[in-house]
Amino acid sequence: MTQLVAVLIDGLIYSSWLFIMAIGLTLIYGVMKILNIAHGSLFALGAYTAASLAGYWFEQGYPAMGSYAVMLVSAVLVGIIAGPLLERGLLRFMYGRDEIVLVLVTYATFLILEDFIKLVWGVDPYFLYQPYGLLGSFDIADLTYPNYNLLLLAIAVAIGAVLAWALTRTRQGKILIAVIHDREMAASQGVNVSRVYFVTFTLGAMLGALGGALTAPMISVQPGIGAETIVLAFAVVVIGGLGSLPGAALAALLVGIVRAATVHFRPELDLFSIYFVMAAVLIVRPKGLFSTQEARKI
Amino acid sequence: MKRERTVVILTIVLAAMLVFAPFLPNWTMFLFTVALCYGIVVLGMMLLIRTGLVSFGHGLYYCLGAYAAGTLEPLFGITELAVMLGSAVAICAGVSAILALLLRRYRDIFFAMLSLAFSMILYGLLVKTSSLGSTDGFNVTVKTMLGVHIAGTAYERYLIFAVTALIAWVCAVLIHRYLNSHRGRLAEAIRDNELRVEYMGASVANTIHLNYVMSAILAGLGGALMAVSVGHIDPEMAYWTTSGEFVFISILSGTGSVLAPFLGATIFESIRSFAYEYSPNTWQMALGAAMLLVIMFLPGGLWSLFRRSGRSAM
Repeated sequence: MTQLVAVLIDGLIYSSWLFIMAIGLTLIYGVMKILNIAHGSLFALGAYTAASLAGYWFEQGYPAMGSYAVMLVSAVLVGIIAGPLLERGLLRFMYGRDEIVLVLVTYATFLILEDFIKLVWGVDPYFLYQPYGLLGSFDIADLTYPNYNLLLLAIAVAIGAVLAWALTRTRQGKILIAVIHDREMAASQGVNVSRVYFVTFTLGAMLGALGGALTAPMISVQPGIGAETIVLAFAVVVIGGLGSLPGAALAALLVGIVRAATVHFRPELDLFSIYFVMAAVLIVRPKGLFSTQEARKI
Repeated sequence: MKRERTVVILTIVLAAMLVFAPFLPNWTMFLFTVALCYGIVVLGMMLLIRTGLVSFGHGLYYCLGAYAAGTLEPLFGITELAVMLGSAVAICAGVSAILALLLRRYRDIFFAMLSLAFSMILYGLLVKTSSLGSTDGFNVTVKTMLGVHIAGTAYERYLIFAVTALIAWVCAVLIHRYLNSHRGRLAEAIRDNELRVEYMGASVANTIHLNYVMSAILAGLGGALMAVSVGHIDPEMAYWTTSGEFVFISILSGTGSVLAPFLGATIFESIRSFAYEYSPNTWQMALGAAMLLVIMFLPGGLWSLFRRSGRSAM
């Protein structure tokens, strides 16, 4: 019994984390048709910035609760600096090329950013453990969980809800959907498509950095975290169907629970289970759970 | 005529390498061996890219080949090079023939992602297999070559280099012949428009299947030869960044000729070994920048510099 509860709660926590990571990736793909490998670097940038800034915050002895705001600010900072730089400085020259070429472009960006991070922060790990324990903890069936996990869950739900609301209920959201359906037609109706791309990419970058900032207290921030995270985020968005918001949510839940279950019952199959789920879903539904049929080109 | 020119160049390069290698310092010979191994893998990537498929999971076969060769000693006590290479080829051919049944239904990003998933599955399994050394991997030794004892002899390094060069030559010539054959030429037609290829009565699925299996065998051979020449293997070979390196070299070299992958791999390895020496933390940055420049200004890869009209890399 305890173990089942543990699987469920661990799964839910891990799902929230996966969802925050995947949502920015799927948003960018949905609108711009770019599968952004550099999302992993944005994640790492967010984590490093949060670790440095919040670490500084604690060193100065400022009120500890403020560190959460600092983490949020780091994510926003990374998003509004790196996002526009990448979109305006590089990606906008690539629009209209094959999707797979865009993957290669973002892969090159990923390589560059990985070394940029090493240059700025060095190769030694950073630790930002304080925010993890600050919020106290709760008990369920003999198990103790830090409340920080609840914060993660709340943020994931909030991001999902706000995005779903913004997409379906606001004018900007409807414009976005128009661009997703037909970029040229939207442009001919007076939509400033390049501005939509700009805003989407910046928002997506910010979400990636937020994922990093929120993860920083739970891990040791070191080189390689971007590469590890991006393939997990890939698994989630591909399972859900590229560009689908509900798909990402469902996939995050699926992968989260499956991984928690394997970690508890068959720990040696940990990583294996995630990609096994990915392969299994793709075999049954070649374009993911929530996918739309595309017309064949002749 | 042009066909023969490529074979002639390949043969001249092979002969030059075999003759001059004994006079090279050890590290240069090692660099060339590694570059040749990478070249063989990228030769297979080229076959797929000509078909319009980019695999972000070719590390799967690279690693599988290496482990198929390396595990023979702990499992059966076999340290004969020919058997090790044969086992790598057989296992990669078998696994890829099965996986291709699935993968040939996928294109573009989905092909890339599904192959990535398969390679990460292998990575996930190997990392947790403590009998094979988990993340540390284990050492691989070759004792005999066609029955002749070579371990510890003065010419061991040279022999392994020579075998690698010979195999690379054979692979390059065979693939060159294949690319000029009827089915080989279908690859580019499929990339341009597969529906039309079907209308003309050729099987897209079979061609992709065949190309995939061949590229897997090449990746496995490259992996096994790498295992033998480095003497150590670990699960990192199946990690997605390794596959990314192969993609990188493929884009850098271009797909114009079977010579391109070897040229690209040699440049890549040289840059890497010097960069490791002088700036270990910025070499990926240089690679990334080079890749962007190639994608933007040389879509046919470095190889297009050698021809009057460059072809697209994709």
